[in-house]
Amino acid sequence: MLAYIIRRLLYAIPILIGVNLLTFTLFFVVNSPDDMAASQLGEKYVTPEAIAAWKTKNGYNKPLFVNADAEGLSALTDTIFFTKSLRLFAFDFGRSESGRDITTDVSTRMWPSLAVALPTFMVGIWVNICVALLVVMFHATRLDRWAVFLFVSLMSISYLFYIIGGQYLLARTWRLVPISGFNADNQPWKFLILPVLVGVVAGIGSGARWYRTLFLEEANQDYVRTARAKGVSEISILFRHILPNALIPILTGVVVLIPSLFMGSLLIESFFGIPGLGSYMLDAIKSQDFAIVRSMVFIGSILYIFGLILTDISYTWADPRVRLT
Amino acid sequence: MKPLVLWSDALIYLLVISLSIFFYKLRQDPQTRERWGQVFASRLGMVTFTVIIAYVGIALLDSLHFRRALDATEGVESGEIFYDNKVTSVLDVMLGGMGERFERTYSAPFALKSFEKKNMKDEQGLAIRDYPPLKHAGQYLADPADKWFDVLVKTTAALLWGLVISALVVGVQWFMLRGSANPWYASWGIQAVIICFGVWLVSISHYYHVLGTDLGGTDVAYQSIKGVRTGVLLGTLSTLIMLPIAVTLGVMAGYFKGWVDDVVQYLYTTLSSIPGILLIAASVLLFQVYIDLNPDFFSIGMEKADARFIALCFILGVTSWSTLCRLIRAETLKISQLGYVQAAHAFGVSHTRILSRHILPNVVHIILITFVLDFSALVLAEAVLSYIGVGIDPSMGSWGNMINGARSELSREPAVWWTLSGAFFFMFVLVLAANLFSDLVRDAFDPRTSMRSSGT
Repeated sequence: MLAYIIRRLLYAIPILIGVNLLTFTLFFVVNSPDDMAASQLGEKYVTPEAIAAWKTKNGYNKPLFVNADAEGLSALTDTIFFTKSLRLFAFDFGRSESGRDITTDVSTRMWPSLAVALPTFMVGIWVNICVALLVVMFHATRLDRWAVFLFVSLMSISYLFYIIGGQYLLARTWRLVPISGFNADNQPWKFLILPVLVGVVAGIGSGARWYRTLFLEEANQDYVRTARAKGVSEISILFRHILPNALIPILTGVVVLIPSLFMGSLLIESFFGIPGLGSYMLDAIKSQDFAIVRSMVFIGSILYIFGLILTDISYTWADPRVRLT
Repeated sequence: MKPLVLWSDALIYLLVISLSIFFYKLRQDPQTRERWGQVFASRLGMVTFTVIIAYVGIALLDSLHFRRALDATEGVESGEIFYDNKVTSVLDVMLGGMGERFERTYSAPFALKSFEKKNMKDEQGLAIRDYPPLKHAGQYLADPADKWFDVLVKTTAALLWGLVISALVVGVQWFMLRGSANPWYASWGIQAVIICFGVWLVSISHYYHVLGTDLGGTDVAYQSIKGVRTGVLLGTLSTLIMLPIAVTLGVMAGYFKGWVDDVVQYLYTTLSSIPGILLIAASVLLFQVYIDLNPDFFSIGMEKADARFIALCFILGVTSWSTLCRLIRAETLKISQLGYVQAAHAFGVSHTRILSRHILPNVVHIILITFVLDFSALVLAEAVLSYIGVGIDPSMGSWGNMINGARSELSREPAVWWTLSGAFFFMFVLVLAANLFSDLVRDAFDPRTSMRSSGT
């Protein structure tokens, strides 16, 4: 087990290097260091000297991948790619192009993101399981068919409409909660209700439909038929037999998402004005701040790979027949 | 008039032709026929398929473009004909100039007056501030109070026409398909509804703006219909671009194993561990820079927007192949262990022949399910991408751009709700039909579910 985890962690290194190489190439083809300097300096101050000074100050005055002037190994290390991208492996994110410390930004912005994403995730799973169980109780009736139709309809509505509709109804028409914004000190829950609610409602369609199929797959198993033959009541079959067994695929299916909760949701955060990592990333894309994008991609990839490893571990934990070698 | 073939037009017609050939070939396979029969034996399958075909039809009509010849300028004699920079499609002609009746700015559905007040002069020449009347909505009415009666009369007339046309259309089909066991009547019902709705919309748009107008004064119903092409093309072309990558790599990884498998796995793990939106945003920005640096490539604005659209399809395709690739790899791994593949090996059949004769036909169902499932996901994704600013070019109509432009207008008093409703309605119907249809296809083609249904 431990050997497996260590091997998986080692596998992560080439993947992360690949991720870095890809984002680096993409963004530097878009934006040469000269363009970056020009956009950061602002229209008025663009002179060749100013650009050169900015590049020296921010460490962009080197070749991209290979430094032909340097000797030996430093031909590879004395480049923008090495100094900017590979430094991330030491979790040294450096400063954004506008001069802010990325590590501080990330660690302060992580909490609002988590405050929205974690409740959405937990409440979402709970609501989906409850709805799915309710539908499974009425399996093979008219109600079940209409419920599935309803789920598919809910899935077919764009996420944007959930957000716009939620803001319009709850915040503007009924004035129950603020439309957007976030205040960590003064009643933060007031600002969190609407985003969490929108996130949960938007997820019911696909979530409940998926859980329903999982429950039904279990309901077709032999042990359920045996229980029924013994005369166990339907309620008891549902809660004592089907639910615990169906929780295994549910658990292993959602574990991969847990680490990514730190990243927050791009759309929810930008619509509701929550100063989390999602809106941080969106702002960085819009202002072409490569240092932030690079760091966020790196963090996102690490969390994703971490989620994959967690999934494998949760398989062995939930199902003792699975062995990791 | 000069026909104009945009890149996306060519691609979509190519896709339609190749899909038709593909399905014609598939018809010869009895198992596939049985499965499709299962899809079309249900009323829901008929209904959703008809709706999808209607959308695809609109998209195809909207993909036949031409440029109108401009009227020769008075007094200037020249043999040369000048063409309009605005591109018109066959659909625009069929809609009867719906997109050419511009107002000044917002107006509500069926309204006679503009949504915003404006400084005007009244009959005596005094300056007043009032809602100006619309240029193209019900101005022939003597009394504005008669508006709804007029609408009712015109609706009845349009519906009668619609019923006549649908009776003709359905009658022909009934004559041809009398003996069929499939529930064609469900499809005919929906066809009648669609035809009546279309006739009503086109005819009444001559007199009113059914869904109002937007900030620039364009008819919202027209914009929503123009969004159909963008949605349908994005959903199909992206998948088309993704398929060859995913299928080739997935089959190779599952069949050859060893280092090929390692490389492919490395590729898709790397790609899927980058947050998708970032990858798409970076690629779109990259292409935008390329367009801005080479403005000479495109003679008119539409071509530039089209190039960006193709690039977006391409980017969505290239960034989303990992899921399908993973599925196909797993399935190929399973299949290549089976007896008939082993036997083929023993007989010395070549790799290419095993791949094309034994492996590929057995992963087709995965490709098909993914194609239909991804379609609705891509239509929804377009709206989100346009919101972030890396979607369709704003000059090209799309539901995402409509939502993006209108989302802050709900805060007005009274709210401007019609643009959002238009985009919502057209998008919802398409995605719902595609989702329901994909469920049916999956039930018919997925070995697990089809075994269960035939077993019990």
